[in-house]
Amino acid sequence: MTVRWAAPVVAACLLALATAGASEVVPFQAAGDTIEQPLRGLSGDAVRGALVVKNRETGNCLICHAIPDRTERFQGEIGPPLAGVGLRLTEGQIRLRLVDPTQVNPRAIMPAYHRVSGLTNVDARYAKMPVLGAQEIEDVVAYLASLKE
Amino acid sequence: MRAGAALLACCWAVTALAGDVRAPRAFLSPELRTLQDDPARHPGWLWVEQGEALWRAAPPDSGKQACAGCHGDITGMSGVAARYPAVAADGALLNLELRIERCRTEQQGASAYGYESEALLSLTAAIAARSRGQPVNVRVDGPAAAKLADGRLLYSLRQGQLNLSCQQCHEENVGKRLRGDVISHGLGTGYPAYRLEWNGVGSLHRRLRACSLGVRAVQAPFGSPDYLALELFLADKARGLAVEAPGIRR
Ligand code: HEC
Ligand code: HEC
Repeated sequence: MTVRWAAPVVAACLLALATAGASEVVPFQAAGDTIEQPLRGLSGDAVRGALVVKNRETGNCLICHAIPDRTERFQGEIGPPLAGVGLRLTEGQIRLRLVDPTQVNPRAIMPAYHRVSGLTNVDARYAKMPVLGAQEIEDVVAYLASLKE
Repeated sequence: MRAGAALLACCWAVTALAGDVRAPRAFLSPELRTLQDDPARHPGWLWVEQGEALWRAAPPDSGKQACAGCHGDITGMSGVAARYPAVAADGALLNLELRIERCRTEQQGASAYGYESEALLSLTAAIAARSRGQPVNVRVDGPAAAKLADGRLLYSLRQGQLNLSCQQCHEENVGKRLRGDVISHGLGTGYPAYRLEWNGVGSLHRRLRACSLGVRAVQAPFGSPDYLALELFLADKARGLAVEAPGIRR
């Protein structure tokens, strides 16, 4: 019994932790199409990153992307499939594409996950906060970098 | 069967490129399309019947007439929904819901039903159903021109924390999957619609509020000038397509 609900509870706690730092944008240095340094020097965790990617409240990446996980139903197809993205892009390239894809392509459809400026009509519940905090970004970078096939 | 599906997918890609606009029903699953076409099984018809009863009933104790008292049988409403939203004599842009509310307060001396009330949804569905199959033909000249321009502007405005415009989904990504949905041209011709997710009938503005929330943008109030302008813009985009209301949606 305990074992059965332990996993969701742990997951919920991790997410709570991850969201705790989500309220501000941290400074970063973009060079070319990369951000080489991890945000705040944090190290990412691929397992937590996978949870952020699948979470419908936070990352919700699967509305637009597919990942190599057959247990996830209803994956999106607006953005490129993320299988093998860890081979196509370096960690630094992935980081910039999450933080603000418009720095790579001004017409990008993909939302900027760690930016608050230049947005219009943001709902009060989300005003002045990035979609993902620095730790969440690093976790997602670690997860995507691990997608090598 | 397979070849048919492939051909269909192919046509979709071609027409999406050609920039023409296909009816919402073209995006429905075969099951939902059959259901939408069959009033005997369409749950939205409960609202239509309720609305027809309200059409015939005078407001209690008011000494005023029923809708039918001024307009006659509801069959006379044929074609009306295809012309809405429309600019009223006083310059206000009214959709069918707001037109009904005006009749209710000004002609029947009754209190407004309230946007998204079951009564207003029922009457709207009953009136819209009388235009089923008729081509949308809204006026966008004269005083409507400025409202249309407002709608066009809002349609292409990137909004919300996710920074997306209506256009980016409903023009640039039509036919693609967004989670469980296939993105359509985002037209209003099926509304009020019975949505399985709502377990009931809801208005176009309720659907628009869902899209606003989806991009984490401020949800405008029901009947707001912004959603009315968007509704007119969508109707102009749907010009010539059939009214599908009451639609059936996921
Ligand atoms: C609204 C749609 C949408 C959402 C939501 C979205 N993306 Fe994207 N993504 C795109 C599109 C479209 C592209 C291609 C570049 C562009 O036009 O924005 C892209 C590109 C990418 C790339 C670069 C891929 C490559 O092969 O070059 C990565 C990595 C990525 N997305 C990861 C994510 C992650 C992780 C999330 C969630 C935290 C996410 N995306 C959410 C639409 C989206
Ligand atoms: C992130 C993508 C996205 C954005 C941005 C978006 N929508 Fe939608 N919209 C959808 C999806 C998905 C559906 C459900 C599938 C469908 O019918 O297209 C939908 C449905 C609709 C429908 C109902 C169509 C029907 O027949 O049931 C309308 C109308 C609509 N959208 C209008 C708009 C307008 C106007 C805006 C801007 C204010 C907007 N949408 C912004 C994704 C989006």
